[in-house]
Amino acid sequence: MKSPITTLLLLCLLTPASALDVPQLRGHVNDTAGMLSSGAAQHLEAALTDFEQTDSTQIVVLTIPTLAGENLEEYSIKVAEAWRIGHKGLDNGAILLLSQQERKIRIEVGRGLEGKLTDLTSGRIIRDIITPRLKAGDIDGGITAGVSSIMEVVRGDYQAKARDLTQSKESAPPVLTLLFFLFVAIIFLGGISPFLGGVAGAVGLPVIGSLTLSGLGLFFLGALGFIGFIGGMILALIFRGGRGRWSFWGGPFIGGGWGGGSSGGFSGGGGSFGGGGASGSW
Amino acid sequence: MRKLHLAIIIIFVLAALSGCGYNTMQGQEEGVFAAWADVEAAYQRRADLIPNLVEVVKGYAKHEAGTLTAVTEARSKVGTVQISKESLGDPAAVSKFQEAQGQLSGALSRLIAVAENYPDLKANQNFLDLQNQLEGTENRINVARVRYNKAVQDFNTTIRSFPNSLTNSLLLHLSRKEPFRADEGARTAPKVQF
Repeated sequence: MKSPITTLLLLCLLTPASALDVPQLRGHVNDTAGMLSSGAAQHLEAALTDFEQTDSTQIVVLTIPTLAGENLEEYSIKVAEAWRIGHKGLDNGAILLLSQQERKIRIEVGRGLEGKLTDLTSGRIIRDIITPRLKAGDIDGGITAGVSSIMEVVRGDYQAKARDLTQSKESAPPVLTLLFFLFVAIIFLGGISPFLGGVAGAVGLPVIGSLTLSGLGLFFLGALGFIGFIGGMILALIFRGGRGRWSFWGGPFIGGGWGGGSSGGFSGGGGSFGGGGASGSW
Repeated sequence: MRKLHLAIIIIFVLAALSGCGYNTMQGQEEGVFAAWADVEAAYQRRADLIPNLVEVVKGYAKHEAGTLTAVTEARSKVGTVQISKESLGDPAAVSKFQEAQGQLSGALSRLIAVAENYPDLKANQNFLDLQNQLEGTENRINVARVRYNKAVQDFNTTIRSFPNSLTNSLLLHLSRKEPFRADEGARTAPKVQF
Protein backbone atom coordinates (compact mmCIF):
# COMPACT_ATOMS: atom_id res chain seq x y z
CA MET A 1 0.00 0.00 0.00
CA LYS A 2 2.22 2.72 1.24
CA SER A 3 5.41 3.13 -0.65
CA PRO A 4 8.54 4.04 1.28
CA ILE A 5 8.47 7.42 -0.43
CA THR A 6 5.05 8.23 0.95
CA THR A 7 6.24 7.29 4.39
CA LEU A 8 9.26 9.49 3.97
CA LEU A 9 7.15 12.39 2.85
CA LEU A 10 4.82 11.93 5.77
CA LEU A 11 7.79 11.90 8.09
CA CYS A 12 9.00 15.13 6.59
CA LEU A 13 5.71 16.71 7.50
CA LEU A 14 6.25 15.75 11.09
CA THR A 15 9.01 18.27 11.70
CA PRO A 16 9.34 18.93 15.39
CA ALA A 17 6.99 21.67 16.48
CA SER A 18 8.72 24.94 17.22
CA ALA A 19 9.65 25.12 20.86
CA LEU A 20 7.18 27.70 22.08
CA ASP A 21 5.25 30.03 19.88
CA VAL A 22 4.84 33.69 20.56
CA PRO A 23 1.16 34.35 21.16
CA GLN A 24 -0.66 36.87 19.09
CA LEU A 25 -0.56 40.41 20.39
CA ARG A 26 -4.12 41.22 21.43
CA GLY A 27 -3.79 44.37 23.46
CA HIS A 28 -1.73 45.83 26.23
CA VAL A 29 -2.70 42.96 28.47
CA ASN A 30 -2.22 39.47 27.06
CA ASP A 31 -3.24 37.18 29.85
CA THR A 32 -2.92 33.87 28.04
CA ALA A 33 -2.39 32.05 31.33
CA GLY A 34 -5.52 33.58 32.82
CA MET A 35 -3.70 34.79 35.90
CA LEU A 36 -5.49 38.10 36.24
CA SER A 37 -9.06 38.65 37.31
CA SER A 38 -11.11 40.22 34.54
CA GLY A 39 -11.55 43.42 36.55
CA ALA A 40 -7.83 43.85 37.03
CA ALA A 41 -7.14 43.05 33.38
CA GLN A 42 -9.60 45.70 32.21
CA HIS A 43 -8.22 48.22 34.64
CA LEU A 44 -4.67 47.57 33.44
CA GLU A 45 -5.67 47.70 29.80
CA ALA A 46 -7.29 51.10 30.35
CA ALA A 47 -4.34 52.45 32.31
CA LEU A 48 -1.83 51.30 29.72
CA THR A 49 -3.89 52.66 26.83
CA ASP A 50 -4.09 56.03 28.57
CA PHE A 51 -0.40 55.96 29.22
CA GLU A 52 0.38 55.25 25.60
CA GLN A 53 -1.79 58.17 24.55
CA THR A 54 -0.07 60.65 26.82
CA ASP A 55 3.48 59.40 26.72
CA SER A 56 3.55 57.29 23.53
CA THR A 57 5.42 54.65 25.52
CA GLN A 58 4.04 51.16 25.03
CA ILE A 59 4.02 48.78 27.96
CA VAL A 60 2.63 45.32 27.44
CA VAL A 61 1.87 42.55 29.88
CA LEU A 62 2.11 38.90 28.85
CA THR A 63 1.37 35.91 30.99
CA ILE A 64 2.01 32.40 29.72
CA PRO A 65 1.06 29.11 31.35
CA THR A 66 4.52 27.58 30.91
CA LEU A 67 7.84 28.14 29.23
CA ALA A 68 7.87 24.49 28.18
CA GLY A 69 11.52 24.16 29.01
CA GLU A 70 12.59 27.22 27.11
CA ASN A 71 15.00 29.73 28.58
CA LEU A 72 13.12 32.73 30.02
CA GLU A 73 15.44 35.36 28.55
CA GLU A 74 15.49 33.76 25.11
CA TYR A 75 11.73 33.46 25.00
CA SER A 76 11.36 37.01 26.19
CA ILE A 77 13.57 38.48 23.47
CA LYS A 78 11.73 36.33 20.95
CA VAL A 79 8.45 37.90 22.04
CA ALA A 80 10.01 41.34 21.92
CA GLU A 81 11.30 40.79 18.41
CA ALA A 82 7.97 39.44 17.22
CA TRP A 83 5.80 42.16 18.74
CA ARG A 84 8.13 45.09 18.26
CA ILE A 85 6.56 47.02 21.10
CA GLY A 86 7.45 50.69 21.19
CA HIS A 87 7.72 53.20 18.41
CA LYS A 88 10.17 52.96 15.60
CA GLY A 89 13.12 55.22 16.22
CA LEU A 90 12.14 55.81 19.83
CA ASP A 91 12.20 52.16 20.88
CA ASN A 92 10.10 53.06 23.88
CA GLY A 93 8.52 49.73 24.70
CA ALA A 94 8.62 47.39 27.64
CA ILE A 95 7.19 43.94 28.27
CA LEU A 96 6.31 42.43 31.61
CA LEU A 97 6.38 38.68 31.17
CA LEU A 98 5.19 36.13 33.71
CA SER A 99 5.37 32.40 33.38
CA GLN A 100 2.86 30.78 35.67
CA GLN A 101 4.21 27.28 36.09
CA GLU A 102 7.87 28.19 36.53
CA ARG A 103 6.92 31.19 38.66
CA LYS A 104 9.27 33.38 36.69
CA ILE A 105 9.10 37.07 35.90
CA ARG A 106 10.95 39.17 33.39
CA ILE A 107 10.85 42.80 32.45
CA GLU A 108 12.14 43.23 28.91
CA VAL A 109 13.13 46.80 28.24
CA GLY A 110 13.29 48.48 24.83
CA ARG A 111 16.46 50.30 23.92
CA GLY A 112 14.87 53.71 24.24
CA LEU A 113 13.80 53.09 27.82
CA GLU A 114 17.07 51.64 29.04
CA GLY A 115 18.15 55.05 30.31
CA LYS A 116 15.44 55.22 32.96
CA LEU A 117 14.28 51.66 33.28
CA THR A 118 17.74 50.23 33.82
CA ASP A 119 18.49 46.60 34.61
CA LEU A 120 18.92 47.70 38.19
CA THR A 121 15.56 49.46 38.35
CA SER A 122 13.83 46.57 36.63
CA GLY A 123 15.47 44.20 39.08
CA ARG A 124 14.24 46.24 42.01
CA ILE A 125 10.73 46.42 40.65
CA ILE A 126 10.69 42.65 40.33
CA ARG A 127 12.38 42.02 43.66
CA ASP A 128 10.76 44.62 45.88
CA ILE A 129 7.38 45.27 44.31
CA ILE A 130 6.14 42.33 42.28
CA THR A 131 7.66 39.29 43.99
CA PRO A 132 6.46 39.94 47.57
CA ARG A 133 2.87 40.38 46.41
CA LEU A 134 2.95 37.32 44.19
CA LYS A 135 4.43 35.27 47.03
CA ALA A 136 1.53 36.37 49.19
CA GLY A 137 -0.84 35.13 46.49
CA ASP A 138 -1.92 38.58 45.36
CA ILE A 139 -1.47 38.11 41.62
CA ASP A 140 -3.65 41.06 40.56
CA GLY A 141 -1.94 43.34 43.05
CA GLY A 142 1.56 42.24 42.09
CA ILE A 143 1.12 42.71 38.38
CA THR A 144 -0.77 45.98 38.76
CA ALA A 145 1.78 47.40 41.17
CA GLY A 146 4.61 46.27 38.90
CA VAL A 147 3.05 47.92 35.87
CA SER A 148 2.40 51.13 37.83
CA SER A 149 6.03 51.27 38.96
CA ILE A 150 7.23 50.79 35.40
CA MET A 151 4.95 53.61 34.29
CA GLU A 152 6.20 55.85 37.10
CA VAL A 153 9.81 55.19 36.17
CA VAL A 154 9.44 55.95 32.48
CA ARG A 155 6.81 58.68 32.75
CA GLY A 156 7.90 61.87 31.08
CA ASP A 157 10.69 60.24 29.12
CA TYR A 158 8.68 60.56 25.93
CA GLN A 159 5.68 62.58 24.92
CA ALA A 160 3.06 61.52 22.49
CA LYS A 161 3.47 63.55 19.35
CA ALA A 162 1.21 63.16 16.40
CA ARG A 163 -1.60 60.68 16.46
CA ASP A 164 -0.23 58.60 13.61
CA LEU A 165 3.22 58.24 15.01
CA THR A 166 3.42 54.64 13.88
CA GLN A 167 2.30 55.30 10.39
CA SER A 168 4.18 58.40 9.41
CA LYS A 169 7.59 56.84 9.07
CA GLU A 170 7.19 53.48 7.55
CA SER A 171 5.34 54.31 4.36
CA ALA A 172 7.22 57.33 3.03
CA PRO A 173 8.69 56.17 -0.27
CA PRO A 174 12.09 57.54 -1.15
CA VAL A 175 11.67 60.68 -3.25
CA LEU A 176 14.77 60.27 -5.32
CA THR A 177 13.87 56.79 -6.48
CA LEU A 178 10.42 57.96 -7.47
CA LEU A 179 11.82 60.95 -9.31
CA PHE A 180 14.21 58.69 -11.13
CA PHE A 181 11.37 56.46 -12.27
CA LEU A 182 9.41 59.50 -13.35
CA PHE A 183 12.42 60.66 -15.32
CA VAL A 184 12.63 57.31 -17.08
CA ALA A 185 8.90 57.32 -17.74
CA ILE A 186 9.02 60.81 -19.22
CA ILE A 187 11.86 59.93 -21.54
CA PHE A 188 10.16 56.73 -22.58
CA LEU A 189 6.82 58.38 -23.28
CA GLY A 190 8.47 61.51 -24.59
CA GLY A 191 10.21 59.35 -27.13
CA ILE A 192 6.78 58.60 -28.58
CA SER A 193 5.61 62.19 -28.44
CA PRO A 194 6.69 65.24 -26.39
CA PHE A 195 3.08 65.77 -25.41
CA LEU A 196 2.97 62.33 -23.76
CA GLY A 197 6.14 63.22 -21.88
CA GLY A 198 4.43 66.33 -20.63
CA VAL A 199 1.40 64.32 -19.55
CA ALA A 200 3.64 61.88 -17.68
CA GLY A 201 5.23 64.79 -15.87
CA ALA A 202 1.89 66.42 -15.16
CA VAL A 203 0.56 63.23 -13.59
CA GLY A 204 3.76 61.95 -11.99
CA LEU A 205 4.98 65.01 -10.16
CA PRO A 206 1.78 65.68 -8.18
CA VAL A 207 1.53 61.96 -7.38
CA ILE A 208 5.07 61.92 -6.01
CA GLY A 209 4.37 65.14 -4.18
CA SER A 210 1.31 63.80 -2.45
CA LEU A 211 3.02 60.49 -1.61
CA THR A 212 5.99 62.18 -0.06
CA LEU A 213 4.40 65.11 1.71
CA SER A 214 0.94 64.20 2.82
CA GLY A 215 -1.66 66.90 3.08
CA LEU A 216 -0.72 69.11 0.14
CA GLY A 217 -3.39 71.55 -0.95
CA LEU A 218 -5.17 71.28 -4.28
CA PHE A 219 -3.61 74.47 -5.46
CA PHE A 220 -0.15 73.21 -4.75
CA LEU A 221 -0.84 69.91 -6.47
CA GLY A 222 -2.14 71.82 -9.48
CA ALA A 223 1.02 73.88 -9.57
CA LEU A 224 3.12 70.71 -9.37
CA GLY A 225 1.10 69.29 -12.25
CA PHE A 226 1.78 72.37 -14.32
CA ILE A 227 5.50 72.31 -13.54
CA GLY A 228 5.52 68.60 -14.28
CA PHE A 229 3.89 69.16 -17.66
CA ILE A 230 6.33 71.86 -18.74
CA GLY A 231 9.31 69.93 -17.36
CA GLY A 232 8.15 66.72 -19.03
CA MET A 233 7.81 68.44 -22.40
CA ILE A 234 11.25 70.00 -22.10
CA LEU A 235 12.91 66.75 -21.03
CA ALA A 236 11.16 64.88 -23.80
CA LEU A 237 12.36 67.42 -26.36
CA ILE A 238 15.93 67.36 -25.05
CA PHE A 239 16.21 63.61 -25.10
CA ARG A 240 14.22 63.11 -28.25
CA GLY A 241 16.77 64.38 -30.74
CA GLY A 242 19.00 62.07 -32.73
CA ARG A 243 17.52 58.69 -31.99
CA GLY A 244 13.91 58.15 -32.71
CA ARG A 245 12.61 55.66 -30.21
CA TRP A 246 13.47 54.51 -26.76
CA SER A 247 12.19 51.06 -27.12
CA PHE A 248 14.58 49.24 -24.89
CA TRP A 249 13.24 50.71 -21.69
CA GLY A 250 10.64 48.05 -21.22
CA GLY A 251 7.03 48.36 -20.36
CA PRO A 252 5.21 51.05 -18.47
CA PHE A 253 6.30 51.94 -14.98
CA ILE A 254 4.20 50.37 -12.30
CA GLY A 255 4.84 51.67 -8.84
CA GLY A 256 5.92 49.18 -6.21
CA GLY A 257 3.55 48.68 -3.35
CA TRP A 258 3.88 51.25 -0.64
CA GLY A 259 1.23 49.84 1.57
CA GLY A 260 -0.53 51.94 4.13
CA GLY A 261 0.44 51.88 7.75
CA SER A 262 -0.91 49.48 10.26
CA SER A 263 -4.60 48.83 10.17
CA GLY A 264 -6.82 49.31 13.16
CA GLY A 265 -6.37 47.64 16.50
CA PHE A 266 -3.36 47.52 18.75
CA SER A 267 0.07 46.69 17.45
CA GLY A 268 3.69 47.30 18.20
CA GLY A 269 5.22 50.25 16.42
CA GLY A 270 8.56 48.77 15.44
CA GLY A 271 10.53 49.32 18.62
CA SER A 272 13.77 47.41 19.01
CA PHE A 273 15.14 45.57 22.01
CA GLY A 274 18.70 44.83 22.95
CA GLY A 275 18.19 42.40 25.80
CA GLY A 276 17.94 44.98 28.57
CA GLY A 277 15.85 44.32 31.64
CA ALA A 278 15.86 41.91 34.53
CA SER A 279 14.52 38.53 35.52
CA GLY A 280 13.30 37.08 38.76
CA SER A 281 11.06 34.48 40.25
CA TRP A 282 8.50 34.20 42.96
CA MET B 1 24.30 63.37 -29.01
CA ARG B 2 27.25 62.47 -26.88
CA LYS B 3 25.54 63.61 -23.69
CA LEU B 4 22.76 61.21 -24.36
CA HIS B 5 25.11 58.29 -24.71
CA LEU B 6 26.85 59.22 -21.51
CA ALA B 7 23.52 59.36 -19.70
CA ILE B 8 22.56 55.93 -20.99
CA ILE B 9 25.88 54.47 -19.96
CA ILE B 10 25.69 55.95 -16.48
CA ILE B 11 22.16 54.69 -15.94
CA PHE B 12 23.08 51.29 -17.29
CA VAL B 13 26.11 50.98 -15.06
CA LEU B 14 24.10 52.05 -12.00
CA ALA B 15 21.42 49.51 -12.76
CA ALA B 16 23.97 46.79 -13.43
CA LEU B 17 25.81 47.46 -10.20
CA SER B 18 22.72 47.36 -8.06
CA GLY B 19 21.63 44.21 -9.86
CA CYS B 20 24.92 42.56 -9.04
CA GLY B 21 24.57 43.24 -5.35
CA TYR B 22 27.09 46.05 -5.09
CA ASN B 23 24.90 48.03 -2.73
CA THR B 24 23.54 44.98 -0.95
CA MET B 25 26.98 43.79 -0.03
CA GLN B 26 28.08 47.20 1.16
CA GLY B 27 24.91 47.55 3.19
CA GLN B 28 25.24 44.15 4.76
CA GLU B 29 28.85 44.73 5.65
CA GLU B 30 27.79 47.87 7.43
CA GLY B 31 25.16 45.76 9.16
CA VAL B 32 27.89 43.43 10.40
CA PHE B 33 29.90 46.38 11.68
CA ALA B 34 26.89 47.81 13.47
CA ALA B 35 26.12 44.44 15.07
CA TRP B 36 29.75 44.15 16.08
CA ALA B 37 29.62 47.58 17.69
CA ASP B 38 26.69 46.35 19.78
CA VAL B 39 28.66 43.29 20.83
CA GLU B 40 31.58 45.43 21.89
CA ALA B 41 29.33 47.84 23.74
CA ALA B 42 27.74 44.98 25.66
CA TYR B 43 31.13 43.55 26.61
CA GLN B 44 32.36 47.00 27.58
CA ARG B 45 29.32 47.41 29.78
CA ARG B 46 30.26 44.25 31.60
CA ALA B 47 33.85 45.36 32.03
CA ASP B 48 32.61 48.63 33.51
CA LEU B 49 30.56 46.81 36.10
CA ILE B 50 33.42 44.74 37.41
CA PRO B 51 35.28 47.26 39.59
CA ASN B 52 32.10 47.94 41.57
CA LEU B 53 31.34 44.27 41.88
CA VAL B 54 34.85 43.48 43.08
CA GLU B 55 34.66 46.34 45.56
CA VAL B 56 31.41 45.08 47.08
CA VAL B 57 32.55 41.47 47.29
CA LYS B 58 35.86 42.50 48.81
CA GLY B 59 34.05 44.13 51.70
CA TYR B 60 32.49 40.83 52.71
CA ALA B 61 34.78 38.16 51.42
CA LYS B 62 38.34 39.17 52.19
CA HIS B 63 39.56 35.60 52.11
CA GLU B 64 38.73 35.16 48.47
CA ALA B 65 41.69 37.18 47.26
CA GLY B 66 42.53 34.59 44.62
CA THR B 67 39.11 34.69 42.99
CA LEU B 68 39.03 38.46 43.09
CA THR B 69 42.47 38.78 41.55
CA ALA B 70 41.49 36.37 38.78
CA VAL B 71 38.53 38.59 37.89
CA THR B 72 40.59 41.76 37.94
CA GLU B 73 43.30 40.21 35.82
CA ALA B 74 40.86 38.78 33.32
CA ARG B 75 39.24 42.18 33.07
CA SER B 76 42.47 44.01 32.38
CA LYS B 77 43.36 41.41 29.78
CA VAL B 78 40.04 41.94 28.05
CA GLY B 79 40.89 45.62 27.83
CA THR B 80 43.97 44.85 25.76
CA VAL B 81 42.30 42.49 23.29
CA GLN B 82 40.30 44.66 20.97
CA ILE B 83 39.33 44.00 17.40
CA SER B 84 39.17 46.68 14.76
CA LYS B 85 36.37 46.17 12.31
CA GLU B 86 38.85 45.45 9.55
CA SER B 87 40.04 42.32 11.33
CA LEU B 88 36.56 40.88 11.83
CA GLY B 89 37.42 38.54 8.98
CA ASP B 90 40.46 37.22 10.80
CA PRO B 91 39.59 33.96 12.63
CA ALA B 92 42.62 34.18 14.89
CA ALA B 93 41.80 37.69 16.09
CA VAL B 94 38.17 36.83 16.71
CA SER B 95 38.97 33.65 18.58
CA LYS B 96 41.53 35.52 20.69
CA PHE B 97 38.90 38.11 21.56
CA GLN B 98 36.43 35.40 22.38
CA GLU B 99 38.93 33.56 24.52
CA ALA B 100 39.73 36.65 26.57
CA GLN B 101 36.05 37.38 27.13
CA GLY B 102 35.42 33.72 27.92
CA GLN B 103 38.08 33.81 30.63
CA LEU B 104 36.43 36.83 32.17
CA SER B 105 33.08 35.04 32.07
CA GLY B 106 34.62 32.06 33.82
CA ALA B 107 36.27 34.20 36.50
CA LEU B 108 33.02 36.09 37.06
CA SER B 109 30.94 32.97 37.51
CA ARG B 110 33.45 31.67 40.04
CA LEU B 111 33.18 34.97 41.89
CA ILE B 112 29.40 34.75 41.96
CA ALA B 113 29.63 31.14 43.12
CA VAL B 114 31.96 32.17 45.93
CA ALA B 115 29.52 34.85 47.01
CA GLU B 116 27.08 32.04 47.73
CA ASN B 117 29.06 31.24 50.86
CA TYR B 118 28.57 34.66 52.38
CA PRO B 119 25.00 35.18 53.56
CA ASP B 120 25.66 38.82 54.45
CA LEU B 121 26.94 39.50 50.99
CA LYS B 122 23.98 37.77 49.41
CA ALA B 123 21.63 39.97 51.37
CA ASN B 124 23.51 43.17 50.55
CA GLN B 125 21.37 45.53 48.49
CA ASN B 126 24.35 46.73 46.46
CA PHE B 127 25.34 43.21 45.64
CA LEU B 128 21.82 42.34 44.55
CA ASP B 129 21.70 45.40 42.33
CA LEU B 130 25.07 44.63 40.82
CA GLN B 131 24.00 41.10 40.25
CA ASN B 132 20.92 42.28 38.40
CA GLN B 133 23.09 44.49 36.27
CA LEU B 134 25.52 41.69 35.62
CA GLU B 135 22.75 39.30 34.59
CA GLY B 136 21.24 41.98 32.40
CA THR B 137 24.59 42.59 30.80
CA GLU B 138 25.23 38.92 30.16
CA ASN B 139 21.85 38.76 28.52
CA ARG B 140 22.66 41.77 26.36
CA ILE B 141 25.91 40.12 25.36
CA ASN B 142 24.01 37.02 24.35
CA VAL B 143 21.48 38.98 22.33
CA ALA B 144 24.20 41.05 20.67
CA ARG B 145 26.18 37.94 19.80
CA VAL B 146 23.20 36.18 18.30
CA ARG B 147 22.42 39.24 16.20
CA TYR B 148 26.00 39.63 15.15
CA ASN B 149 26.15 36.02 14.04
CA LYS B 150 22.94 36.51 12.09
CA ALA B 151 24.38 39.57 10.36
CA VAL B 152 27.59 37.70 9.59
CA GLN B 153 25.68 34.77 8.20
CA ASP B 154 23.64 37.03 5.93
CA PHE B 155 26.74 38.84 4.75
CA ASN B 156 28.77 35.70 4.15
CA THR B 157 25.93 34.13 2.22
CA THR B 158 25.52 37.23 0.11
CA ILE B 159 29.15 37.56 -0.89
CA ARG B 160 29.34 33.89 -1.82
CA SER B 161 26.25 33.73 -3.97
CA PHE B 162 26.28 34.51 -7.67
CA PRO B 163 26.50 37.13 -9.18
CA ASN B 164 27.55 38.96 -6.03
CA SER B 165 30.65 36.81 -5.76
CA LEU B 166 31.74 38.13 -9.14
CA THR B 167 31.14 41.76 -8.24
CA ASN B 168 32.96 41.19 -5.01
CA SER B 169 36.04 39.59 -6.50
CA LEU B 170 36.26 42.21 -9.24
CA LEU B 171 35.36 45.39 -7.40
CA LEU B 172 34.80 45.22 -3.69
CA HIS B 173 37.17 42.58 -2.32
CA LEU B 174 35.18 42.20 0.88
CA SER B 175 36.31 39.29 3.00
CA ARG B 176 34.04 36.90 4.81
CA LYS B 177 33.46 37.71 8.46
CA GLU B 178 34.01 35.44 11.38
CA PRO B 179 31.04 34.47 13.57
CA PHE B 180 31.24 33.67 17.27
CA ARG B 181 31.65 30.02 18.05
CA ALA B 182 29.64 28.64 20.91
CA ASP B 183 31.80 28.33 23.98
CA GLU B 184 30.42 27.14 27.24
CA GLY B 185 32.17 29.66 29.44
CA ALA B 186 30.74 32.69 27.76
CA ARG B 187 27.35 31.33 26.86
CA THR B 188 26.07 30.59 30.30
CA ALA B 189 25.37 33.60 32.42
CA PRO B 190 26.42 33.27 36.04
CA LYS B 191 23.51 31.67 37.82
CA VAL B 192 22.72 32.37 41.42
CA GLN B 193 20.26 30.55 43.57
CA PHE B 194 18.43 32.47 46.23
